Amino acid sequence: MTALLQHPGYEDESLQRVAEQLPCREAQSAVLLSLMGQPQQYSYPSIFIYGHRASGKSHVMHVLLRELELPHATLSCVECVSGALLFERVLLSLFGHEAAALLPRSASLSDFVRVYRQQCSLSPAEQTRFIVTELLRDADANLLPALLRLQELVEDNVTVVLLSEIAWDKFRPNTGCFEPLLLHFPDYSKGELQQILSQDRHPSYSADFYSSYINILLGVFYSVCRDLRELRHLAALNFSKFCEPVANVSTGNGKRINRLFLTGLTAVKKKQHCAYTCLSAHTHIELPYYSKFLLIAAYLASYNPARTDKRFFLKHHGKIKKTNFLKKNEKTSNHLLGPKPFPLDRLLAIFYSVVDNRVAPTASIFSQISSLVTLQLLAQVSHEDQLDAPKYKCAVSMDFICAISRTVNFDIVKYLYDFL
Amino acid sequence: MSKRTAKDAHLPVGECVTQVGINQDLSSVYNFSDAQELHLLELLKRTAIHGESNSVLIVGPRGAGKTMLLKCVLRDLLEDKEAQKSLLQVHLNGLLQTDDRIALKEITRQLHLENVVGDKVFGSFAENLGFLLEALKKGDRSSSRPVLFILDEFDLFAHHKNQTLLYNLFDVSQSAQAPIAVVGITCRLDVLELLEKRVKSRFSHRQIHLLSSLTFTQYLERVRTQLSLPDGFPDSRFAQDWNDGVKTLCGDKSVEEVLQRHYNSSKDVRSLHMLLMLCLSRVSVAKPAIKPADLLEASRLCFADAKANMLHGLSILELCLIIAMKHLNDVYEGEPFNHQMVHNEFKKFLQRKSNSMYNFEQPVILKAFEHLQQLELIRPVDGSSAKTQREYQLMRLMLDHSQIMEALQKYPQCPTDVKQWAMSAFG
Repeated sequence: MTALLQHPGYEDESLQRVAEQLPCREAQSAVLLSLMGQPQQYSYPSIFIYGHRASGKSHVMHVLLRELELPHATLSCVECVSGALLFERVLLSLFGHEAAALLPRSASLSDFVRVYRQQCSLSPAEQTRFIVTELLRDADANLLPALLRLQELVEDNVTVVLLSEIAWDKFRPNTGCFEPLLLHFPDYSKGELQQILSQDRHPSYSADFYSSYINILLGVFYSVCRDLRELRHLAALNFSKFCEPVANVSTGNGKRINRLFLTGLTAVKKKQHCAYTCLSAHTHIELPYYSKFLLIAAYLASYNPARTDKRFFLKHHGKIKKTNFLKKNEKTSNHLLGPKPFPLDRLLAIFYSVVDNRVAPTASIFSQISSLVTLQLLAQVSHEDQLDAPKYKCAVSMDFICAISRTVNFDIVKYLYDFL
Repeated sequence: MSKRTAKDAHLPVGECVTQVGINQDLSSVYNFSDAQELHLLELLKRTAIHGESNSVLIVGPRGAGKTMLLKCVLRDLLEDKEAQKSLLQVHLNGLLQTDDRIALKEITRQLHLENVVGDKVFGSFAENLGFLLEALKKGDRSSSRPVLFILDEFDLFAHHKNQTLLYNLFDVSQSAQAPIAVVGITCRLDVLELLEKRVKSRFSHRQIHLLSSLTFTQYLERVRTQLSLPDGFPDSRFAQDWNDGVKTLCGDKSVEEVLQRHYNSSKDVRSLHMLLMLCLSRVSVAKPAIKPADLLEASRLCFADAKANMLHGLSILELCLIIAMKHLNDVYEGEPFNHQMVHNEFKKFLQRKSNSMYNFEQPVILKAFEHLQQLELIRPVDGSSAKTQREYQLMRLMLDHSQIMEALQKYPQCPTDVKQWAMSAFG
């Protein structure tokens, strides 16, 4: 495995250390090494590496640059919101504090290139300098073409390595630019994931035990998620749960161990639902009685067309003809299209017909509507200046409203047009 | 560009391999005609020696050799003693000098006139530029030193406010103030449309077009010369073996097909360099020769579809969502969809046809959907997402039908019911 990484310009020892830290990425690191060439040679001005999240792009770059001790600057575009921060970081990493201090307050690209050239003439590059940065979609329009040509603009042995999840076609400027060398980091296969995940096992458990655990874990989660970071997190989270049955057993024979694995598997499956359920903001809310009815009325107003209100909410209504065409054309199902806006009057009309006892239109009712908007259960659609006829939209899901209506003994499905 | 110069290495094969690189005499690579070179040289000589003001634009697609032409001409120009003594150069780049103010500061700096300007405040751009040119006058105050302004990415200067820099430069070149030459380099053929009327009228409308006119045989010859080692290479036996290998490589039929394909898509030198770099990166100490398989592999890497590569790494759930979107596109003829519709389509598949997939909860599917949005395989129809909820935001699929089918063929361990669902006509 380690014999694959060989390059005359670098010591075998450091290459071996690199190979140990980069399992399953030998091919990509070999390509990168050969592109980098010997340290004193120039290499291609810009390289664009793309691949899925957690496919090892920045990890490989950092390990290579650190172990081979090449001068480099690592930037994260998330931290460097403006160009000036980016330039300062680069000068700091490549040339030190004094160089970074030479930049004026809000430095432009022109200042950066000027200071870089000055520093270059003071300390010319014996080894290739690398700038590794992650590309963000909405960076400044002229930053990207300038970075791609940096080697030509500053006339120095520098290479810019750009990392991204999105393909290069989306970044290319309209009038073209200097095309970078494109490298793809393929995703890990199931076997490779197993190999990498088995490496961070707890020392008190045997390797076989842990790898069988990883096997089960992959079997459950692989169809949903292939992200290495998330899988690691899930493995760490669920391992304690998995070990409980094993810890509680003193000795085991074959059948019992099988059953243990099965209980472990169901525990892991249960965790799947918990671990993947993002904390919804609406899980536990206690609303006052009238607010619940207001919310139900808002849901009905959003998801029923206005012409059907007569049928649902009046005691003596006529029949509505629902043509066959409308019934078959599924796209008109309002639950697929999303909530529609409704005026305040309609909301109150439905509210009065839905609530059992008589309610007076006091300020407390209206203030409850405002608090529903603040809780983001309703969304205000009209402009804030319109005070006399505001429009709202209901922003809750079907499950939530069913749960709410159950607490007030209201059968909401009977009143929904889509479920007629 | 890669400049792997040969060192004094004699003996081991490893050393020789590291010295192999692309032949670097770049001026022979580009084939601008002598007429164009002479034309430009003449023009610049007239400015440098005879004090005549000129302006010219060099236009050509990316990688055609515009900057290289200018460098060659400048090199020839500076061989003349008088020009070398008196000519001043100012290099501006549209990517760096994004504003006329910054451009003026840069001009002051490159002419080494910061001390002269000091803290003076000027009323207008023209005043400032006039002052700078005045300051360049020689001792007897009779004539100014000639200045050569080189504007790279010229079309970006045309986007500045009022095009003041361009107006003033061309104005000076038309009036008798000081001998300057303005050379603009741009990749846009329609650059004159970008100029305002008053700027265009002051421009001399001299353009030099660099368009590549390589034939395929010339292209092949170029490949061979680029890959061959120069005569001065230290280890002559290795060089001989290497050059023979290159010759057989160029004669190979499959290699010629691959190069024909590259030539048909783009003739320019940069894409050729990229192909050859990738090809050479497979040469190592263990394998010190180029084989046709290397070039084929490099070509495959160059032509790889990035989106297909990304589709390969998606999870099965995400792939099923993409197939559901494809079906929605087929049924509703390309109208945008939202998350609820896709989820509905997926549920229909689970009910009717699926054996291997089981139903996931709503947040899991939403997360998969958002991952696809992050990879820009689907995009929202309009930019603002403030008013609508995430599940109801309308999106479009950015993938082609054939890309999806191809990705399915290559997908590792794809369940058969998913494949059959994809190939069926209606969801």
